[in-house]
Amino acid sequence: MLAFLLRRIVFGAVVLIGTSLITFTIAFVIPADPAVAMAGAKADPQTLAAIRHQLGLDLPLYLQYARYADRALHGDLGESYVRRESVTRLIVDRFPATAILALCAMAFSLGAGIPLGVFSAAWHDRAPDHLTLLLSLALVSLPVFWLGTMLLIAGGLYLRSFPLGGYSGPLSLVLPTLTLGLGSAGYYARILHTNLLDALGQDFVRTARGKGLSPARTLFKHALANAAIPLVTLAGLDFAGLLSGVVLTETVFNWPGIGRLAFEAIFNLDIPLIMGTVLFSALLIVTANLAVDLLYAWLDPRIRLGTPR
Amino acid sequence: MNGRTNTMELAGAAMVASLLAVAILAPHLAPHDPARAVASTFGDPGAPSAAFPLGTDELGRDVLSRIIFGARVSLTVGLAAMAVTMTIGVAIGLAAGFFGGAVDFLLMRFTDVMLTLPALLLAMAFVAVLRPSLLNILLVIGLVSWTQIARVVRAEALSMAQRDFVLAARALGASSPRLIVRHVFPNVTPTIVVMAALGTSGTLLLDAGLSFLGLGVPPPTPSWGRMIEEASIYFRTAPWLAAFPGLAIFYAVLAFNLLGYGFLRRNRRAGRGALR
Repeated sequence: MLAFLLRRIVFGAVVLIGTSLITFTIAFVIPADPAVAMAGAKADPQTLAAIRHQLGLDLPLYLQYARYADRALHGDLGESYVRRESVTRLIVDRFPATAILALCAMAFSLGAGIPLGVFSAAWHDRAPDHLTLLLSLALVSLPVFWLGTMLLIAGGLYLRSFPLGGYSGPLSLVLPTLTLGLGSAGYYARILHTNLLDALGQDFVRTARGKGLSPARTLFKHALANAAIPLVTLAGLDFAGLLSGVVLTETVFNWPGIGRLAFEAIFNLDIPLIMGTVLFSALLIVTANLAVDLLYAWLDPRIRLGTPR
Repeated sequence: MNGRTNTMELAGAAMVASLLAVAILAPHLAPHDPARAVASTFGDPGAPSAAFPLGTDELGRDVLSRIIFGARVSLTVGLAAMAVTMTIGVAIGLAAGFFGGAVDFLLMRFTDVMLTLPALLLAMAFVAVLRPSLLNILLVIGLVSWTQIARVVRAEALSMAQRDFVLAARALGASSPRLIVRHVFPNVTPTIVVMAALGTSGTLLLDAGLSFLGLGVPPPTPSWGRMIEEASIYFRTAPWLAAFPGLAIFYAVLAFNLLGYGFLRRNRRAGRGALR
């Protein structure tokens, strides 16, 4: 188990180094001069050179990267060119709002997707199954930002039951959670449906039925337990997709989270903030994947013992 | 592909065909010029009426005509980006799966790194750097969406590379490129077809998302995503401005999803990998 854990951690670190190299490359090719961004277009060449020197932009590229990586490891992601604040500070301030939204959306999508998947598998190839299939395909096909806009118009403007954006208590979480979670709910329902049908065709299910267990009990106690585990894994691996949705949802709802911070950074070509938010997202995803790997290894001994499946 | 054609597949194919028809015949189908002010209500959005079934925007342009012309951009970006995605994904997947060993290890670690970056965030950064243009956008979408395909194709190629018919062909002296192109690739095509249909719904959504964030194909070309973004200040007074272009995106994405899941139903084996 320890070897497995170490392997996963090393792998996570390698992924993060790769990510930082990619973001660093992007930052390097951005056609914006940070010195001009800080001092203004009318600054004289001496000032610009001084700022470049102060930022270390006159160093060779590999030294710039080493400097960035060293500071990042110490929790310092540099200073935003536009906001003139610490990038780490900005991210830490905005993180709670994103975390709450992402967790609520994930809970909602699993909470709605699992029953939907069980329902359609139980009615396999009959009308209710076809209807749920259509529903989940429709949910997967909804553009996040449009769904958010429509919910905002319906729930905020017409019903007047929900705030029109921003982060102000539990009620303001409802619409963004639905926006972010409905698509994944449809997706998980589809996957669970497939997994359940797989599980229902296996020997242990036949054994359970042969022992005289009712179909419902077999479905819930035996098949579901086996079909739902991969789903949790999938939810963890899907974290990257969730964060993409977060950018759009936060933009629609004016949500004070990382997604909107990243959007503003890209819009302003604020290089340290772009690198910081992308790197932080990668860190979140790597952590989520690691957590899922561990959970999976704990649930399924075949993985931690390294035997081929 | 074998098995019976199913309703989902047929519905998806019909919807995709209708989209293509609208895009190709746009100048004949659109009642008005999408880029010109045709309503007298200049300055305020006009509500849907007999003359303008889906209303007009704040510049007096006909929403229906703009949606019809928008199909051209959306489909071009969606399909071309999918082609880029498939080219990269299939090439990497085949190479990794077929050669195995160090090639596999390096390519798959690179894929893992790319998988760790949120596609939209990465695409936003790339587009901001390269400046939005039709070509840049479809290349960027392709560049950030190939990971899933590479993994699935790799898994398939890995199992193919050790099959008897491949070993037999190798024993007969076939070169690696020939083995990949003539023996492994054809056996992976069912999976590729499924992934292509499902992948197009993904590229369409990514393109719409970028447009909504102001990083899409630049004006005056009408784009569905940007129409919704531009409508955002009229939520109160003219909700239809945002509603209809969104329905168009939804229709297009649903069309490709139906097609993809329809293929899946027909070919279970291909489906196994494609869903992961």
